[in-house]
Amino acid sequence: MNIVNSMKLSFLSRSANESFARAAVAAFLLPLDPTVAEVADVKTAVSEAVTNAIVHGYPDSFGTVYIEMKLTDTGKAIIKIRDKGVGIPDVEKAMEPLYTTSSDERAGLGFAVMQSFTDKVRVRSAVGKGTTVTLEKNIIRSTYAKR
Amino acid sequence: MVNITYENDTVTARLSGEIDHHIAPAIRGEIDAKCESRRPKRLILDFSGVGFMDSSGIGLIMGRYRMISLLGGRLEVVNIPPNLKKIFVLSGLENLGVMK
Repeated sequence: MNIVNSMKLSFLSRSANESFARAAVAAFLLPLDPTVAEVADVKTAVSEAVTNAIVHGYPDSFGTVYIEMKLTDTGKAIIKIRDKGVGIPDVEKAMEPLYTTSSDERAGLGFAVMQSFTDKVRVRSAVGKGTTVTLEKNIIRSTYAKR
Repeated sequence: MVNITYENDTVTARLSGEIDHHIAPAIRGEIDAKCESRRPKRLILDFSGVGFMDSSGIGLIMGRYRMISLLGGRLEVVNIPPNLKKIFVLSGLENLGVMK
């Protein structure tokens, strides 16, 4: 498995940037020749991860959200969404469906959506240092390797 | 974003575009204001114009379900586009009996 393309993106943790982030990731995914459904899956999962970084990573201030994305010759997209915010004390609990620490009508489904809409989700977090969510999505009919 | 009408004891909110955490609070505010002033028997959320939605949209629906129930009305969610079915199924909203 070789990396055939990669990009990095960083932006301020303003909620207005949620649509920018998922649109940028979707645009970068296109050379893998994804289906409309696969693009929607990735956009939704990225939207959840970026929203988590904005809402939970930086609850009382603005910080920087980092996205790093790699495409492989086997048709896999690897997307890291990272913040340098407050971190998650108990990652296992945070990933439970319906668990939310927010009172702002969050459904508590963020991680459930990420897990359901991608092939692999990895979360690393340290209190006071931040959180990194890594999403992997296999694009089934990818023709990248042939190009 | 949202177009709201009132007729026959029914508030209809036609949602459009992309629903995420950034946009949901404004939609919520408009719908709640209309329902609190009109006190309708029925609130219809029409999703036919929605191209993208993450779990913020699910939170929006769950919150409107609570709000309209407290006002004595009922909620109907209609015209869910095929590309949004997956997140609706995952959310378990089908069990609330609001999806038409």
